[in-house]
Amino acid sequence: MTKMLTDARSIRIKGRSFLAVVLAPDLPFDDWLVRLDDLAARSAGFFLGRPVVLDVSDLPIDRAQLKDLITELAGRNVNIMGIEGGRPSILGPGMPPALKGGRPVSDEAVAKEPIIELRNGEAKPAAPEVRTALQSMLIREPVRSGQSVIFPEGDVTIIGSVASGAEIIAGGSIHIYGTLRGRAMAGSLGNASARIFCRKLEAELLAIDGIYKMAEDMAPGLRGQSVQLWLEGDSIIAEKLI
Amino acid sequence: MGKVIVVTSGKGGVGKTTSTAALGAALAQRNERVVVVDFDVGLRNLDLVMGAERRVVYDLINVIQGEAKLSQALIRDKRLETLFLLPASQTRDKDNLTPEGVERVITELKRVFDWVICDSPAGIESGATLAMRHADMAVVVTNPEVSSVRDSDRIIGLLDSKTMKAERGERMEKHLLLTRYDANRAERGDMLKVEDVLEILSIPLIGIIPESMDVLRASNIGAPVTLADARSAPAMAYFDAARRLAGEVLPITIPGEKRGIFGKIFARRAA
Ligand SMILES: Nc1ncnc2c1ncn2[C@@H]1O[C@H](COP(=O)(O)OP(=O)(O)OP(=O)(O)O)[C@@H](O)[C@H]1O
Ligand SMILES: [Mg+2]
Repeated sequence: MTKMLTDARSIRIKGRSFLAVVLAPDLPFDDWLVRLDDLAARSAGFFLGRPVVLDVSDLPIDRAQLKDLITELAGRNVNIMGIEGGRPSILGPGMPPALKGGRPVSDEAVAKEPIIELRNGEAKPAAPEVRTALQSMLIREPVRSGQSVIFPEGDVTIIGSVASGAEIIAGGSIHIYGTLRGRAMAGSLGNASARIFCRKLEAELLAIDGIYKMAEDMAPGLRGQSVQLWLEGDSIIAEKLI
Repeated sequence: MGKVIVVTSGKGGVGKTTSTAALGAALAQRNERVVVVDFDVGLRNLDLVMGAERRVVYDLINVIQGEAKLSQALIRDKRLETLFLLPASQTRDKDNLTPEGVERVITELKRVFDWVICDSPAGIESGATLAMRHADMAVVVTNPEVSSVRDSDRIIGLLDSKTMKAERGERMEKHLLLTRYDANRAERGDMLKVEDVLEILSIPLIGIIPESMDVLRASNIGAPVTLADARSAPAMAYFDAARRLAGEVLPITIPGEKRGIFGKIFARRAA
C-alpha cells in the first residue's frame, strides 16, 4: 500500500541567511593551529555557536590532510558547516558540504568581536568592545534593475523607487519613498526589530531577519498600497500606512 | 565640439537601429553635420537601414586597428550631404573593439561633426558598454512591455555608473524614446501605459513612435523613415524627437489619442 499524504499541515520551508565566520588556514597546518589556539585562548568562546566555514581555496592539500584538519578543529569545538573553494577531489562523504556564492561583509558585521585575520601570520589582538553609533545610508535616486545596495551597518533610506530585479539588503530597517518592485531584506544580520516601509508595494520578495515572503504570498489587498512590514514571531505582518 | 549620443536599450529588436537612422537623418535635415556609428560588430544593420551596404569598404574596426583612416571609412549619404555613416565590421571579432581605439575614434569624430550618434548592440556586454562609454547623452529605446522596460532600467543603471561622465561624477542626460507603440493594443490594455513606463523609468520622454508599416517599407528601400516618407506618422514623431534632442520644448501627444495628455507628461518632464 502506498502511504497517503493526508496530513493537512504543510511542511514549512524557510530561507534564512546567517553570517558565517570564515577560517582560511595556511600551510603548514600545525603552525596555523598554534596561532588558532592562541587566538582562542585570548577570546574564549569566539567560535562557540557560530557557523564556521573553512576556506581552502588555493591550498595544495589532499583529502587526508583536509580530514585531519577538520578533526583537529572539531577537537577544539570548532565545527565546520561547509567548505569553500575545495576541489571536488578532496571533498567526499562524511565531510561538510561544499559552499559557493558567499559574499564578504564588513568586519564590524561579525558581531561584537572583530574578525581576526589568521592568514597573514601574527594575529591581531582582539579589540575591546566598542559600540559604534547606528549608521544610515541615504540614496537619492531610483535603484535600477540589476543593482544591489548592501548595507549591513544599519538603515537604508531611498528617495525613489526600487526596480524589479534590484535588491536592498540592510542590517537595519529599509525606508523607500517610492515604489518597491524588487527585493527588500531588512535585519539581514539577525535583527528581528527591523522594519520595511514603502510608499507603494509591488515587491518581488520581502525578508526580515531571514524570514521571507514571496510576491504570491502577499495579501492581494496590499499590492499598490503604502505599507509597513515587521516581524511577529516567525511571520511577517503588514499594515497599510494610511 | 559635437555631442555624442548613444542609442541603447538592453533588450534586442526594440528599434535602436531604426531610431539611430531616423534621428540621424532628421538632424541632418536641419543642416547639422551628423555621423551615425554602428557598434554592432558582427551583426551590423545600420548600413542596410541607411541603404549603404554596397558602399562599405572600410569599417570601425579597420580604423581602430590603424588599417584605414577615418576619412576612408566614413560613407557620405547619397541624399543628404551632411549625413555620414561609420559602419561596423561584419566579419571581424568584436574583441577588436578596444576601449582606447573607441576613445580615439570618438574624439576625432566630435571634432568634425555636430552629432555623433552611436547605435549600440543589444545586451550589457562590452559592445554595449563601449558604445555608451563616451556619450554626452543617451536615448533609451523602450517598447511598452515589461521585459523591455526592465532591461532599459538596467541600462540606465549602467549609464549612471559605467560611462566616462558617471566616472567623472557628472550626470548623464538620459531620454526615453518609446517605440513600436500600438494604439489599438493600448486601447485593449495589452500594453503598458505610457504613464506606467514613465513612472518606472523616471527619465524624461522625447517621443512616442507608433508601430507602423512605414518603418518596414523604409527599411526595405534602404532609407531612414525620416527620409523615405517624411509625412508618415513615425517620421513626424522622429522629427519631433530630434527637435527635443536639440533642446526645443514641444508638447508630446500619444498616438491614437485625440487630445494629447501632454499636460500630464509635461508636468513629469519638468519634475
Ligand atoms: N515603429 C516601428 N513600427 C514597425 N516596425 C518597427 C518599428 N520600429 C522598429 N521596427 C522593426 O523592428 C525590427 C527591429 O528593429 P531594429 O533593428 O531597429 O531594432 P534594434 O533594437 O536595433 O535591434 P538589435 O537589438 O537586433 O540591434 C525591424 O524589423 C524594424 O523594422
Ligand atoms: Mg540594431
